[in-house]
Amino acid sequence: MLILECPYCGVKAEETELSPGHEAHLKRFGPGSSDEQFESYMFARKNPKGVHFERWRHTYGCGKWFLAARCTATLEVFGTYPAQTSEPPADIVAKIKARRPNWEGVK
Amino acid sequence: MSEAASALGNASFEGFATIREIGPMGMIALRAKHDLPQLSAALTAVLGLGLPERRRILTRGEVRVGWMSPDELLIVLPYGDVAATVAALTQALAGVHMLVADVSDARCIFRIEGEKAAQVLMKLCPVDFAMLAPDELRRTRTAQVPAAFWAEQGGYTLVAFRSVAAYVMGLLTHSAQPGSELFPG
Amino acid sequence: MSTRLARGGRLIDRATAHEFTFNGKRMAGFAGDTLASALLANDQMLVGRSFKYHRPRGIVASGAEEPNALVNLGQGARLEPNQRTTTTELFPGLAAASQNHWPSLEFDVGVVNNAVARFLPAGFYYKTFLQPRAAWKHLFEPVIRASAGLGRAPTEADPDRYEQAYAHCDLLVVGGGIAGLQAALTAAGTGARVIVLEQTAHWGGRAPVDDVLIDEKPADHWVAATVAALSAMPNVTLRLRCMAAGVYDHGYVLAEERVADHTPGDGRPKKRLWRIRAAKVITATGAIERPLPFAGNDIPGVMLASAVRDYIVNWAVSPGDRVVIVTNNDDAYRTAIAVHRAGLTVPAVLDARTEADGDLVQEVRSLGIAVHLNRGIAKVKGGRRVSGVAVCAQAGEGAVLDEIACDAVAMSGGWSPVVHLWSHCGGKLIWDEAQAAFRPDPQRPPITHDGQAMVAAVGSANGLLQADEVLADAIRAAGGSGPAPKVHAPAEAAMVPVWMMPQGASAELRAKMWLDYQNDVKVADVQLAAREGYESVEHTKRYTTLGMATDQGKLSNINGLAVLAGSLNAPIPQVGTTTFRPPYTPVTLGALAGEARGEIFQPLRRTPMHDWHQAHGVYWEPVGLWRRPYCYTRPGESHADAVKREVVNARSHLGLLDASTLGKIVVKGPDAGRFLDMMYTNVMSSLPVGRCRYGLMCNENGFLMDDGVVARISDDTWLCHTTSGGADRIHAHMEDWLQCEWWDWQVYTANLTEQYAQIAVVGPSARKLLEKLGGMDVSKEALPFMHWAEGTLAGIPARAFRISFSGELSYEIAVPAGQGLAFWEACIAAGKEFGLMPYGTEALHVLRAEKGFIMIGDETDGTVIPQDLNLGWAVSKKKADFIGKRGQERTFLASPDRWKLVGLETLDGSVLPDGAIAPAPGMNANGQRNTQGRVTSTYYSPTLKKGIAMGLVHRGPDRMGEVLEFPKIWGGVVKARIVDPVFYDKAGEKQDV
Repeated sequence: MLILECPYCGVKAEETELSPGHEAHLKRFGPGSSDEQFESYMFARKNPKGVHFERWRHTYGCGKWFLAARCTATLEVFGTYPAQTSEPPADIVAKIKARRPNWEGVK
Repeated sequence: MSEAASALGNASFEGFATIREIGPMGMIALRAKHDLPQLSAALTAVLGLGLPERRRILTRGEVRVGWMSPDELLIVLPYGDVAATVAALTQALAGVHMLVADVSDARCIFRIEGEKAAQVLMKLCPVDFAMLAPDELRRTRTAQVPAAFWAEQGGYTLVAFRSVAAYVMGLLTHSAQPGSELFPG
Repeated sequence: MSTRLARGGRLIDRATAHEFTFNGKRMAGFAGDTLASALLANDQMLVGRSFKYHRPRGIVASGAEEPNALVNLGQGARLEPNQRTTTTELFPGLAAASQNHWPSLEFDVGVVNNAVARFLPAGFYYKTFLQPRAAWKHLFEPVIRASAGLGRAPTEADPDRYEQAYAHCDLLVVGGGIAGLQAALTAAGTGARVIVLEQTAHWGGRAPVDDVLIDEKPADHWVAATVAALSAMPNVTLRLRCMAAGVYDHGYVLAEERVADHTPGDGRPKKRLWRIRAAKVITATGAIERPLPFAGNDIPGVMLASAVRDYIVNWAVSPGDRVVIVTNNDDAYRTAIAVHRAGLTVPAVLDARTEADGDLVQEVRSLGIAVHLNRGIAKVKGGRRVSGVAVCAQAGEGAVLDEIACDAVAMSGGWSPVVHLWSHCGGKLIWDEAQAAFRPDPQRPPITHDGQAMVAAVGSANGLLQADEVLADAIRAAGGSGPAPKVHAPAEAAMVPVWMMPQGASAELRAKMWLDYQNDVKVADVQLAAREGYESVEHTKRYTTLGMATDQGKLSNINGLAVLAGSLNAPIPQVGTTTFRPPYTPVTLGALAGEARGEIFQPLRRTPMHDWHQAHGVYWEPVGLWRRPYCYTRPGESHADAVKREVVNARSHLGLLDASTLGKIVVKGPDAGRFLDMMYTNVMSSLPVGRCRYGLMCNENGFLMDDGVVARISDDTWLCHTTSGGADRIHAHMEDWLQCEWWDWQVYTANLTEQYAQIAVVGPSARKLLEKLGGMDVSKEALPFMHWAEGTLAGIPARAFRISFSGELSYEIAVPAGQGLAFWEACIAAGKEFGLMPYGTEALHVLRAEKGFIMIGDETDGTVIPQDLNLGWAVSKKKADFIGKRGQERTFLASPDRWKLVGLETLDGSVLPDGAIAPAPGMNANGQRNTQGRVTSTYYSPTLKKGIAMGLVHRGPDRMGEVLEFPKIWGGVVKARIVDPVFYDKAGEKQDV
């Protein structure tokens, strides 16, 4: 059972205090987008074995959504950061690269 | 006009700690960005309390201001003072993007008292009590429902949603049963 | 026979005798006994029957690894099946009964299985499946069912209490032997928060039994001093009777504490589940001795050598006057010494090795005990009790060289580290050739959140069997550097693996060599599985049931896979081991449930008027976690009658509904209108202050997810009503979009659902009631339909919304929850003269269905868009965007071929079955009948005095008047005509008066 630190309130929350919210950094495609764009936005979710960026909500705490970078295979957590970002922060990317030299980077 | 009733009519239980439903208690939710200069000034002017640090609760007499999230505060005060305080805060923060809401009736509030009060909550909340600051307001889970608590003279004060007051009372009663101390002696 | 020795017993208190019963027979033991030691002290070696062959079973071990000695413990409501006697502490009045036999332990007809054992080979159950079906149904299944199952399930509810507790620490030490205590002491000295768990009732583990000297004194002294030192440290928590069941991600450990197992009914919780978060875990879980596979090794009286030693030293119990020792290692010689010291006889030590000259061996020889090398047991003699052993050469095929009379056999096949907790979360093992055992691979530990090792195994659990190595290992693992206490340990020679005794045993002998005692898996069974092509150890386990008994293979695992490896001619590490999964030993369901039983099984949400409903004939309906009145019955009235009465009364006079569960979310800010225009399919930004508008919410996929009335409170504030089940979900949905997509929009939300009691006043006399309560103008002019106003009613601050979900003149009144009951009671009192009756959710449903109003969850199921429900009028065509707009533009959602909402009117006036489906001609690709519609809501309408329904029908609105046939589940069809879904007051005049 995971522990993730909420970047807003600083609580090291255990998984039972959190709600998962699937892949992070999705770009919304609304009216005017092509079927392919809409499909990729709605349905095509990454499910990597390895480095992954996810949304979590501190449901039983401050109620805020945050993002987490972790390894789905080892459950190593590289960092958590506020949801108000459109791409992973540089320090977290650097940390992942240090820990996973073969990581292909954010795609 | 009828008197407001607390959810459980001030039910209580004597176990290895004392459980008391208290209230009705005044509670105000105030949503605003904490770095707004007007916010701190308004709190000081209306409540005589400043802006609490992250996860802290400030106390002055019967009034408290607690940090709920980066854009939410909880004000705890006598029930009868709520309307005037809401009005005063609304006025003090006029023109500022914020939301003030009376949530007194949406909540239930309990006191858990006695030397072993923490042991009652240790059975219900996934919280490291040894690491809590003395003036920490901790939002967490109490068994299956959300709750927030802070330490106060002689124990803890716990706030939950009104509709689950009987459930929370049941949890606290079960957990405070005589003989079930986690650390006897 | 087994008996109590006159002296000794380090764990028993001879001054405190405890009476207990076994199969109704009165026996006596002492405080400090386990049930197993007390049974042995009363010469009760036979304690059960095996699972498959019903062979007599005796006590083999002295701890959690015991495979045989399981009993039904307690009586009546406190009956617990499958309790392990070796870990059950004796208490006064304990009542135990043996299991898995009929009619009695001594005479069991099931033992016939034993006689036909060759017809019950490995994979017997699976093979029966291949027989003709009739044979399974009529022959095998009844026999298997009758003989299967171990303990008896209790028939009464558990009267005991259970609870859970959370704990946090820097270091969790599992195991209170010398390794665990030393590790805790070292770590605690650095100021770390340490928790130490020991599954038994005593600290010290094996060292005090094994004659270990620490700092020149018996280990007991060091253990007592160390426990005293740890107890005095504020940063250390010590827990006896607490079994670490499983290690999980990020340092999460579940442990079960037996708080009052040994003091039943004293009011304390019987068990407590600890949910521990540890930055690091040290497993000091020791090792478990392995049996030796020789013919008849399951006959009662054959025990682990360490267990024989434990019973003598800890509980002063002699397992027999003459104890033959059979071993492949030096450690078992300690048992020879212990037996000898107790004044009993060791006729011989049979050592499978060709040489043995360690310190312990020499000591045994010096005591005058015969030591025979290259010897093994060809066969144990005896039925329900060992009477002797036939001796053979280990190197041979089992020719009997000698026979030795004895009443107990102490066997030792070496030691296996307890690696369960290490393995639970991914720790890998390596094969230790010297010990012939798997031990933790320090290079591949389970890791935690920061990528560092989460678990370290120390001492015997780490494959170190010598006390001096154990203490040094513990200090190292706990981050210490100082020297270990001085330990006196005799030099031990290497063990030699023995996977079969003798090594060339005949088929006949192999068929009597037990690997898994409880499940009756023998060497021959594993070999058969290998011959039948089972190469994977996981498959072999399931095929033979090896290691699947309640002891989870603690004794059988290594021997079994060594036999498999031998049969496959593969090295043991290549065959590998089965996966270790939690729990280490069974955790009772009561502890897992914890406090969640009875009244607090789950949160039950109550409205402020809950108790009033309870006192007035309510029949409850669960709505999510809420309880809502379904109807209020009067004496002699059925639920259906009550619903009819409530519907008719609301239409003709006045009804009162507790609508407090409706979600109430305030949305405020400069961008609130823009935000709500994105949330709802229709436009909310244009709603004038003081007005209400019905709104629909879709998910991004385009499907309808919630509906409700939105009221504009002020220029920058809206109040959004949601469905009863939807308040938290919709609030979270709003916050998700505000926090993660439009975080620069200035909008705040607050979920005020529970701040207000909401009461619907419904019916022709609604206005008269409110006027009587007084305080605000509720006239048609001051408060028209779809408007709201603020004021007081009956002296209580209130908001009145002129909205109607019934089609009648209706007000929904919101008052502070703390005054909800007062307002409700004021309505009840004032409403008498108008014929007021409260009504429940079923009447609400009938009223709304008569009006053709949809209900989220009835007319919607996650695949329905507003247009399907003829709600296209509430989907803005002008807005450039809203959540779900792009989704609804997909061709299959825009297609005219959708199933759409219609009314359904049965030709005979009956009520359509709920969920009934109308078939269409032809078959689909799966050979099922095609369908063209289904019933979504169906009720008896007391207003129209006939059945009414709504349904989704293929191109339904284009097919008005057409008759569909709906098959009934038990045969026959109901014919229903497609009609307008609005059955009552089509013009909507009654609600707007």
